[in-house]
Amino acid sequence: MNAAGFPLLSLVTFLPLLGALIIMMVRGDAAVVASNARWTALWTSLITFGLSLVIWAQFDKANVDYQFVEQVSWLPEFGVAYIMGVDGISILFILLSTLLTPICILASWESVQSRVREYMVAFLILETMMVGMFCALDFILFYIFFEAVLIPMFLIIGIWGGARRVYASYKFFLYTLLGSVLMLLAIIALWYQAGTTNIPELSEFDIPFNLQIWLFLAFFASFAVKVPMWPVHTWLPDAHVEAPTAGSVILAGVLLKMGAYGFLRFSVPLLPEASQFFAPFIYVLSIVAVVYTSLVALAQTDMKKLIAYSSVAHMGIVTLGIFTFNQQGIEGALFTMLSHGVVSGALFLCVGVLYDRVHTREIARYGGVAKIMPAYALIFMLFTMASVALPGTAGFPGEFLVIIGAWAVNPWVAFGATLGMILGAAYMLSLYRRVAFGKITRDDLRALLDLSPREIAIFAPLIALTLWMGIYPQSFLSFFSVTVSQMVQEHQDAIRAASNLAGL
Amino acid sequence: MNWILALPELVLALCGLAILVFGVIPKRDTTFPCTMLTLGAFLLTGVLVIAQGEGTGFGGQYVADAFSCFMKLLALGAAALGLLLALDWNAREGLSRFEFPVLVLFATLGMMVMISANDLMSLYLGLELLSLPLYVLAAFDRDNPRSAEAGLKYFVLGALASGLLLYGASLVYGFAGTTNFDRLADALSSPQDVSTGVVVGIIFIIAAMAFKIAAVPFHMWTPDVYEGAPTPVTAFFASAPKVAAVALLVRLLAGPFSDVVGQWQQVIVLASLGSMVLGAFAAIGQSNIKRLMAYSSIGHVGFTLMGLAVGGEGGLRGVLVYMAIYIAMNIGAFAVLIAMRRDGRAVEGVDDLAGLGRSDPAMALAMAIFMFSMAGIPPMAGFFAKLYVLLPAIEQGFWLLAVVAVLSSVISAYYYLRIVKVMYFDAAKPAFDMRPTGISVVLAGTGGFTLFFFLFPAPLLAAARQAVAALIG
Repeated sequence: MNAAGFPLLSLVTFLPLLGALIIMMVRGDAAVVASNARWTALWTSLITFGLSLVIWAQFDKANVDYQFVEQVSWLPEFGVAYIMGVDGISILFILLSTLLTPICILASWESVQSRVREYMVAFLILETMMVGMFCALDFILFYIFFEAVLIPMFLIIGIWGGARRVYASYKFFLYTLLGSVLMLLAIIALWYQAGTTNIPELSEFDIPFNLQIWLFLAFFASFAVKVPMWPVHTWLPDAHVEAPTAGSVILAGVLLKMGAYGFLRFSVPLLPEASQFFAPFIYVLSIVAVVYTSLVALAQTDMKKLIAYSSVAHMGIVTLGIFTFNQQGIEGALFTMLSHGVVSGALFLCVGVLYDRVHTREIARYGGVAKIMPAYALIFMLFTMASVALPGTAGFPGEFLVIIGAWAVNPWVAFGATLGMILGAAYMLSLYRRVAFGKITRDDLRALLDLSPREIAIFAPLIALTLWMGIYPQSFLSFFSVTVSQMVQEHQDAIRAASNLAGL
Repeated sequence: MNWILALPELVLALCGLAILVFGVIPKRDTTFPCTMLTLGAFLLTGVLVIAQGEGTGFGGQYVADAFSCFMKLLALGAAALGLLLALDWNAREGLSRFEFPVLVLFATLGMMVMISANDLMSLYLGLELLSLPLYVLAAFDRDNPRSAEAGLKYFVLGALASGLLLYGASLVYGFAGTTNFDRLADALSSPQDVSTGVVVGIIFIIAAMAFKIAAVPFHMWTPDVYEGAPTPVTAFFASAPKVAAVALLVRLLAGPFSDVVGQWQQVIVLASLGSMVLGAFAAIGQSNIKRLMAYSSIGHVGFTLMGLAVGGEGGLRGVLVYMAIYIAMNIGAFAVLIAMRRDGRAVEGVDDLAGLGRSDPAMALAMAIFMFSMAGIPPMAGFFAKLYVLLPAIEQGFWLLAVVAVLSSVISAYYYLRIVKVMYFDAAKPAFDMRPTGISVVLAGTGGFTLFFFLFPAPLLAAARQAVAALIG
């Protein structure tokens, strides 16, 4: 709740749901329903974005506590309540979700022509679940949002996806469900130990080391699949390739962040000793992810698949940063998550632009696009540069901070992460060269039209953000630096206390 | 005093007889008025159940308490919804015979007697009063060989189960000296003195009840009978009798047999594990949706048995909440199955649902809600049903059960998703016939409950807690 006692977070969370209900109620012929669905969805998501900007403006950066907290009794017998609140970490993810949703809706404006109403409803429900998940301060509530995301995403991939969409949507659903149910058991075990599912209260609670190990593994099962970490990443390329453009954007932009957010919000603060214990294991998995999936990305012939593998690699950088447990590493991880959300989302949109025109994502099918679509080529290049972490773009500060953080832990780990950056430059530049430069090999490419005003409107906020994040990263870092420094402090205290105990 | 205590049952029995007479006398078709009268009788009985006092009557044979009230309302509700679903179906299939509602009524009476049984004798009485109408109902479409076969199969195996129950009851009586639950509780209060004979008797009784709820390894009849019986009967089979049998198991195991928990707990745990795993795997390959639902119900029974194995206040409450939610989503799903009718002919293949997302978005949405709910995806009610049995299971340290439960629910998610996939992703088949009003009413009610349960879970939880408190004091 804000100072005026207004439940802002619930409003931002459930406003899209209201829009979905309105869309469902409209009757009429197909064209009316479709256009109504598009406009309602767009306006709802824009108003939601506006409201989240209000939260952003009213947020007190110096305060480490949860803000705008709302609490309503819900399942009192189990100590479960409806609690919402944000801190410096979650607020930026809420903004990312509310920003990407209207972009996705705009991006589907023309490419989605069948069952428009259901599509828009699914997207709005998805937005509610995403925002709710980042706001939830109760574990059960968090779990409900975390898992409910699967339903609209399953439908989005399965109904509006590509040729192998059924396989991809099943794989996505069952992989992530399998991880989540193990997390549910961990949540219940935690509830049984501490007697509450209130997240701020839980973080005060000391859990014995043996139990921490088990709980960590259960949480890991869920979050590692969601991130996704190597070797449980195989659902991601399938889901990305088959999903419609907007589905890929939201998947890369927000859904992948849910896993890393989980690590940061739960694994590290609640289970500090187990996190420390498993950190070397995570470094290995992360570096394998970075190097291996980068090499795999180099070999791809499908644009979306290439960017999907690059997502796995970038998320490897994120998990590496989180488990360095130092200020630079965690801030770098957070920044990389945000920048990846913007940049990879934009890259999928770039692929979508070509796909809408030529209906193929085969890299070999293109060539010389820069000559025909100069504006497009410029924008595509900006995001390619951001993806390879060129200084001055959004990609750089995050990866730089993670490497600093990793260096403090172990120079070899930092070396692995840097290797990933080099390989990243290789596959992204090769993608860009093969698509944008060279001879125009096929005649039908000559007829391509450059970006339409609607498409430019979609890209404009992402371009602005990419440059803003690259040139003035402090304006984003300042949101979470206080929260992160407290987190680091608490982690070090917990480890020190544990080692003192062991010393006795 | 006794008579007033058992007023709901008595009224229901008299109503049944009256409706039977009403149905026989006139020459014209009386199915519709009989059904309406039966629904009215259910409503009246429901009101009487709520107003019913607490106490024991008929020489300790009969007990009325908050637990029986909860379960009876559940059974009555399930029976009423089942009847509502049958109305249109029977008319279209040429099965419009006024005996149908009367049989359902007497089966429901048997359930109520079972639920209020406080003695092995009244238990058996209630069980048979339930079973006999069910045998007939399974074979109600008598010209259809599949239906006749289902009835026969159910009868033979049901008779076997009755035999098991009687044998177990006689063993218990022989070794403990009584059939009354209260006195049995006294006789079994010091577990070290309990003779093997009683334990064998208890196991036989559990086996008989496991047959009634279709728990592994007594589940074999389920897919065949579910498939063969007319669909509204299957809907009835899959819901109301399960309530009664689960109620009875809860009353027996948490009441007179609670002190010998060490003797039967492993049995329930094994039945639970087996049911969950079988329910998860066996349904994957099914192409007939009624068979699929049969295996799905076996899986759900495994979850309820898990709550029973865990026991205690939390576990038993989990069982009651699970049953209530299961009834809602199961009846809802069957409402869709009953509406699956193309050019006047009923179809039963999973593939026949193809394109429902386009041809009937409202029904497809409802079915999707039920399927996600059965798979345990939040925020549907099914998630909470599973949560309320998982919470006590972990609290009491039943880790193996909990892990198997969640893994099997992931596996079962595969076939629940398949139905959503067929409805929304597959190439469309021709639309179904117009769905009748009764179906729409049931769909709206159960779908709304399944979707919005998470907003107002408190009343159901409070009622279940009260019911459990009455049972274990």
